[in-house]
Amino acid sequence: MKWVAACRVEDVPGDGGACVLLDGEQIAIFYFSRRDEWYATENRCPHKQQMVLSRGMTGSAGAACEPKVACPFHKKTFSLRSGECLSGEDYRIRTYPVKVKNGRVYVGLLQ
Amino acid sequence: MSNGHLPVVVVIGNGMVGHRFCEKLRVSGQFRIVVFGEEPRPAYDRVHLSEYFNGKSASDLALPMTGWFEEEEIVLHLGHKIREIDRQQKLVHSDRGVIQRYDYLVLATGSSPFVPDIPGVEMEGVFVYRTIEDLDRIKAYASRAKSGAVLGGGLLGLEAAKALLDLGISQPHVIEFAPRLMPRQIDSSGSHALESSLKKLGLQLHLNKTTQSIEGHGRVEALQFADESRIPIDMLVISAGIRPRDELARLAGLAVGTRGGIVVNERLQTSDKNIFAIGECALAQGIIYGLVAPGYEMADVVATNLLGGNKTFGGFDMSTKLKLIGVDVASFGDPFAAEPDCGTIVFEDRHKGIYKRVNVSADGKYLIGGILIGDAAAYNLLLQTVNNRLVLPPDPSALILGNRDGAGEGAGVMNLPDEALICSCEAVTKAAICSAVTDKDATTIDAMKKCTRAGTGCGGCIPLVKDLIAGTMKASGLYVRNVICEHFEHSRQELFDLIKLHDVHTYADALAHWGKGDGCEVCKPAVASILASLWNETIVKQATIQDSNDRYLANIQKGGSYSVVPRIPGGEITPEKLIVLGKVAKKYNLYTKITGGQRIDLFGAHVGDLPAIWEELIEAGFESGHAYGKALRTVKSCVGSTWCRFGLHDSVSFAIEIEERYRGIRAPHKLKGGVSGCIRECAEAQSKDFGIIATEKGWNLFVCGNGGSRPQHAQLLATDIDKDTCVKYLDRFLMFYIRTADPLTRTATWLNKMEGGMSYLKNVVVNDSLGMGAEWEEEMQSLVDSYKCEWKEVVDNPELRKRFSHFVNAPRKKDPELQFDNLRGQTKAREW
Repeated sequence: MKWVAACRVEDVPGDGGACVLLDGEQIAIFYFSRRDEWYATENRCPHKQQMVLSRGMTGSAGAACEPKVACPFHKKTFSLRSGECLSGEDYRIRTYPVKVKNGRVYVGLLQ
Repeated sequence: MSNGHLPVVVVIGNGMVGHRFCEKLRVSGQFRIVVFGEEPRPAYDRVHLSEYFNGKSASDLALPMTGWFEEEEIVLHLGHKIREIDRQQKLVHSDRGVIQRYDYLVLATGSSPFVPDIPGVEMEGVFVYRTIEDLDRIKAYASRAKSGAVLGGGLLGLEAAKALLDLGISQPHVIEFAPRLMPRQIDSSGSHALESSLKKLGLQLHLNKTTQSIEGHGRVEALQFADESRIPIDMLVISAGIRPRDELARLAGLAVGTRGGIVVNERLQTSDKNIFAIGECALAQGIIYGLVAPGYEMADVVATNLLGGNKTFGGFDMSTKLKLIGVDVASFGDPFAAEPDCGTIVFEDRHKGIYKRVNVSADGKYLIGGILIGDAAAYNLLLQTVNNRLVLPPDPSALILGNRDGAGEGAGVMNLPDEALICSCEAVTKAAICSAVTDKDATTIDAMKKCTRAGTGCGGCIPLVKDLIAGTMKASGLYVRNVICEHFEHSRQELFDLIKLHDVHTYADALAHWGKGDGCEVCKPAVASILASLWNETIVKQATIQDSNDRYLANIQKGGSYSVVPRIPGGEITPEKLIVLGKVAKKYNLYTKITGGQRIDLFGAHVGDLPAIWEELIEAGFESGHAYGKALRTVKSCVGSTWCRFGLHDSVSFAIEIEERYRGIRAPHKLKGGVSGCIRECAEAQSKDFGIIATEKGWNLFVCGNGGSRPQHAQLLATDIDKDTCVKYLDRFLMFYIRTADPLTRTATWLNKMEGGMSYLKNVVVNDSLGMGAEWEEEMQSLVDSYKCEWKEVVDNPELRKRFSHFVNAPRKKDPELQFDNLRGQTKAREW
C-alpha cells in the first residue's frame, strides 16, 4: 500500500464529504468533526453506478454510532467502516485508510 | 427419517386449505405428515389468481417458502394423483406407484370447474379457470384471439372477464343464465349498479341467456343461444360454478351428497372416522363452502382435534368483500332478508354506480345483513355489527350514508366485543390483536402479521387492524411518540419549539442539546428546514446538513448533473429574459423544458458550471427559483382580466405578489400555489397547497390541495375576501403548517391527519381560535423582510463558489463519467 496526498484538510467540509481524483480513481473523503474522524470510500454508488457519494449526507447508525453516508440519489446508506450497505441490500463499496499529517489528507491505495 | 415412529397423517391435495392444515399440524411435531398434490407445484394463492395476469409470477403466488416442506420434515409428492384409498389396510396408492400407509387421512381435494354439458365444449379455444396451468393456456391462446367470452357471471366469472381484459381482449362478453350478476351474493338492484360500472369498463353483459351450443370447426367461433341470438368469439372461458372433487371418496365407499360433496360431521369426519374432508370437497351441514375462509376454519378444526383439542365446525359466515375489476362488491350476513322480517334501507347513486343496502331487524335494534356495491369502505364495521349483534344507533341509515366529517370512525372499532372476528381469513379476534399490541409490542402492521397472521390473507381487514392497533396503544397510554429518527426523541413540532425557545442556530448545537450520535439523512434536512423557517439565514452556511438538492442549490439529475430553474413569478416573462435563458442554455449546452409550474428548466449543468450560469442569470435580473428546496415553488396563474374576456380580476398580478411574498421560505415540504381569474380555473389552483380564485365580490381561498400520486382537491377556507385578508389568512395558514407538520408532509396530508380536519383549520386560521394569528403574521413578515437570493450570495462569494467543483484536488476538471446523449436536437443524460 502507498499513501497518496489527496487534498488539504480544509478542502473537506466538516461533517460532509468531498471527492478527489487519485491515480484516475474517484475517491470520496469524509470528515466527522465532532469525532475528529476521517473516512474514504469509492465515490461510485453501486446502486445506479453514479459518481456522487461524496455529495451525500453523513451520519451514524445505531447505538455503536456506525459512521455512514447516504447516496443523494435514492438514499441508500453505506457504512464508512466496512463499506456494507446499511439499507438492507447486497451492495458494498470499497473503503480506504486515511491519515492526516501537517494539514494534508492522505489516502492509502493498494499498489 | 427421525420421525418414523410417529403416527402418519396423509393429506390428499396441496391447495390452500390442504396447505393450511399442514401448517396448523406441523408445529406440534406429534405426527409424520405426507402430502400428495396433483398439480406440479406446491400450494399457491388461488384467491389472487387473476394477479397472475398483471405482473405476479407463479412464485409470487406460492404459499410456502422454498424449502419449507424439507424444513418441516413434511414429505411432499407433487404431480401424484391418488388412484385409490384402501380403507381396510389404511393405504393410499398414487398413479406413480407410491403406496403410503396412514393412521389418519385428510381429503383436501378441492373442487373442479363445473363444465355444463353444452355441445362443443370440447373444442379448441374453450378453457376453464382454476389453476396456474389453466391460466398459462388462456394466456397463450389469448395472444392470437381478438374477442372472447366468459360463461358465468358469478364471482369467478367476473374475475375471468377481468383476466381477459388484462390479456388485451377488448370488450369481453359475460354470459349469465340468471337475470342478475353474482346471483348468490347480491340482489338485482345491486347487480344493476355493478352492471353499469362494469359496462363502463368495457364488459359486454348478457343476462338471462341460455347457451345452446358452442359453434366452430374444431375451434370455437361463436356462441349460439336459446333465443336464437349468436355472438362470434375467438375464445371462451367457462366459469359456471364448481363441483366438489369427491370421486376418490366415492370409490372408497365414503358417503357423498346427492349433488356431490363428501359428507362430514361437525368434526369434519367422513363416514370413516379416520378419514376427514376439508375445504371445497366437504359437504358440511348440507353446504359446500366455496370460499377460503371457511376452508381454513375446517383445517383448523381437524388439526386441533388431531392434537387432542375439541373443536367443531358450526357453519361459517359467507360474508365476502372483493374488488372486481376495480369495483368494490361486498355482501354480509343475510343479504337477501326481506320485509316483513326486517326493515331494509337502501341508498343508490346511479351516477357513481354505488348501491348500498342494509337489512335491519324488525325492531330496528340489530343489523341482519346487507350488500355494498361501488363503495365498501364500511364493510368491516358492518360485518362486525352483524356478527356481534351490536345494538344499532337510533338512525341506522347513518350506517350506509356514513358520518360525513369522518370523525369518530376509528372509535367504532374499540367498541367491538373481544371475541369480534377481525381477520376472518386467519380467524383472529379483536382480543388477540389487542393483546398482541400490549403484550408482544406488535405496534405495526408488519409486526402484527408476524405475531397473529391477521391481515395476511385477503388483506381486507388491514384498515380495521390499523385502527385497533392505534386505539389499543392510545388506551394503554402506549402511544408511540412521533419522533423524527433515532437521533432525536422529538417530533418535528417539538423540535421546532425547542429550537426557537433556546435560540439555537446550528445543527451541531441542536444535536448537542437534544440529540445523540452523528445525525443522519433524515434529521439533518429536517433540522435544516426548521432553522431556515425560523431564522431565514441562508442555507449555504450549513451546506452539509442540507438535503441532496439544497446542498448545491440545484436539482441533482441522472449522471450527477444538475438542473437550473430561475424564478419566473406567476409564469410571466419578458422577451428579453427569454432570450437570456436561450443564450445561457446554448452556451452551457443545457437541455431546456417548460415545467408544470410555468417556468423553464435548464438540465445537464456540470456542478462546476453552476456559479457561472447563475452569475449570468442574476445579471439579467433572474433569481433562484428554489426548485431544489422544500419551499415555495411557483404560484401558477391564468392570464386573468388583463387579457381574458372572462377574467374577473387581475390574477397574474396577484400571483406575482404572492409568489414574491413567500419565495425562499423553507417549509416541511414543497409548496405550490395558483391564482385563477375566474371560476373556469385555468390555473388549476384547486390542485395546489393554496389556490385563489376570483369571484364577483373578491377572491375565494382554497387550501391543502395536492397533485402527485394521490391527487386531492383543495378545500374552501374563505369566500369573497379581499386581497389583504387573503394574504393575512395565507400568512397564518402557512406558519401554522410550517410549525406543526411532520417532515416531508405536504399540506394535504397534514390536513388529513389533523384532528377536526377542515373545520378545525378554518377555526384556527379564520376565527383565530388559538389566538396565534398576530404572532404568525409577524413571524411571516419577518421572514418576508429577511429574504435574500441564495444564488446571489454564492455568486458574490469566492469561498462559497469554490464548493462547486467535482474534484477538490482538481477544481477545473469535470466528472469524466458524466456522459450525455442526443435527443431531438438536445442533450439528454445517459441512461443508468
